[in-house]
Amino acid sequence: MSTNVSTLQNLAIDMQKGVPMKPAAETSAKLVTTDLNFYYGKFKALHGISLSVPTGAVTALIGPSGCGKSTFLRTLNRMYETVPLTRAEGAILLDNEDLFAIELSALRRRVGMVFQRSNPFPKSIFDNVAYGLRVNGFANKATLQESVEQSLRRAALWDEVKDKLHESAYSLSGGQQQRLCIARALAVNPEALLLDEPCSALDPIATAKIEELILHLKRTCTIVIVTHNMQQAARVADYTGFFLLGKLIEFNATKIIFQTPAQKETEDYVTGRFG
Amino acid sequence: MATPVAELPAAPSVRRAGSFFWGLHGGDKPAFLITISCAAAIVLVTCLLVYELFVNSAVSRHKFGWDFLFSRVWDPVAGQFGALPFVYGTVVTSALALVIAVPLGVGAAIFLSELAPPRVSDTLTFLVELLAAVPSVIFGLLAVFVLVPFLKQIEPVLRSVLGWLPTFQGPFYGFSLFAAGVILAIMVLPFIISISREVLLAVPTDQREAALALGATKWESTWQVVVPFARKGITGSIFLALARALGETMAVTMVIGNDPKISASLFAPGYSIAAIIANEFTEATGDLYTSSLIELGLVLFALTILINGIARLLILTTTRRGET
Ligand SMILES: Nc1ncnc2c1ncn2[C@@H]1O[C@H](COP(=O)(O)OP(=O)(O)O)[C@@H](O)[C@H]1O
Ligand SMILES: [Mg+2]
Repeated sequence: MSTNVSTLQNLAIDMQKGVPMKPAAETSAKLVTTDLNFYYGKFKALHGISLSVPTGAVTALIGPSGCGKSTFLRTLNRMYETVPLTRAEGAILLDNEDLFAIELSALRRRVGMVFQRSNPFPKSIFDNVAYGLRVNGFANKATLQESVEQSLRRAALWDEVKDKLHESAYSLSGGQQQRLCIARALAVNPEALLLDEPCSALDPIATAKIEELILHLKRTCTIVIVTHNMQQAARVADYTGFFLLGKLIEFNATKIIFQTPAQKETEDYVTGRFG
Repeated sequence: MATPVAELPAAPSVRRAGSFFWGLHGGDKPAFLITISCAAAIVLVTCLLVYELFVNSAVSRHKFGWDFLFSRVWDPVAGQFGALPFVYGTVVTSALALVIAVPLGVGAAIFLSELAPPRVSDTLTFLVELLAAVPSVIFGLLAVFVLVPFLKQIEPVLRSVLGWLPTFQGPFYGFSLFAAGVILAIMVLPFIISISREVLLAVPTDQREAALALGATKWESTWQVVVPFARKGITGSIFLALARALGETMAVTMVIGNDPKISASLFAPGYSIAAIIANEFTEATGDLYTSSLIELGLVLFALTILINGIARLLILTTTRRGET
């Protein structure tokens, strides 16, 4: 299990186009998909996606609605398995380990997820953050207390909630709830965090807070963020992938994608000439 | 004065003008009138009901006072009437019904909403809902011809498993508080199952997924997240079941044994308020007898409200902070 970086590079070649779907700079990869196809029943939603997500960076996935961004994201922690009749083909590696061979709950502890709509549990703020720890067998009160505080600090929410940890999570504002959901995901110390349009329901100020938070988090946690907002991708992402109709058209450093994209479709999309 | 700015707001007010016909056209006024009369009708019917029960039970109320509630004697010949055995029978059979039906019903609802494949779930739910539409006299027949003989057959098993409890002592003839509780449980199950399933299905997918994304298993996400999220609705279904059980008449009358006694054993026969009213109202002779039966109706009404109130209060006080 000690494949080196160059092998990974070879894996991450788009077979059809022969374009290396990996940024030129030498970085190690946290998640690597190779020729990934995905089906909802008979409908093929992803076509041969080969992409490697660099460790310790923010990777944004952009593209028009329905192009398969969420579907791709949900393969990375196998969340798609909750939907009946779905099927993924191809290889996904998490730190060089076959993702499909990892025990499901262990995988989901390692690859956390934050959803489009903030979805706190109908419990107290404390219990929301502690949930992941409890479900994974941490019951020690002092440990819980410490972890909850640390996670809330990492999610930049501690100062706002430290005096009302035992109040309902629903007493928070929309932006706070979404940061609470990030804290909840961080509590189990994931190596990677998947965010599916986490700001789509938030106002600009709450959005700015979450973007700032993402920039802090990437030092300790690899981040993949789906966004329909190109400015957001430009602001927070180190790397950006452009999806269209279930295909990964281009993947590169964000700057290159937005300024000198290699593909015509990418250029049309980022300049707003699309559709 | 006549600036364009000042004129502008005047324009729409001509159309609106507060006229009755405009209100009629927009639908607001008729809708308000119709809905408020519906609401008022409900309140009116309830008040009328209580008033009639109260007025018509005057003879009995004046003769017995509060003693009516605590007297164990029901002797039409001697003109002595007391409600206690009937209150006891009503409460005990309803409680037994809930003890049996709540875990079964909630368990079945969890299976149908979370675990069963959709087609199986829909088919089973359809059957369960059919069960809710079966008239209670049919359940009574089922109880007399199937349940009671069956209970008599498994009596030795019941005794060996539950016999150490004071509530399972004495001879067992089949027609008993126990049989009434069991048939009530069967009758209220469809309510608990179909409402709880509906409520569980309405829990947002992202609640389940949030738990799964933290490494919870399917069962952990169901039991720790989905069920608590649906708790209010599930409680509602239990209230409905309780109300149904308290007032159920026909099936209970057919198997409870119709014996106005208070005994600690569920194996003993008993009597319920609804059952005695149904059994004796047509043949009641004399003002006092009729009036006592009507007062029993008043007691049942009060009991239903009281028990619902207590249950609601219990929920309110046990709801921890932080929960919805
Ligand atoms: N549960 C599902 N069942 C069937 N098709 C689905 C399902 N979810 C998504 N799809 C289809 O897969 C395609 C990609 O969807 P999605 O990944 O949600 O797109 P995006 O997140 O980029 O907007 C769309 O055509 C969508 O209709
Ligand atoms: Mg999406």
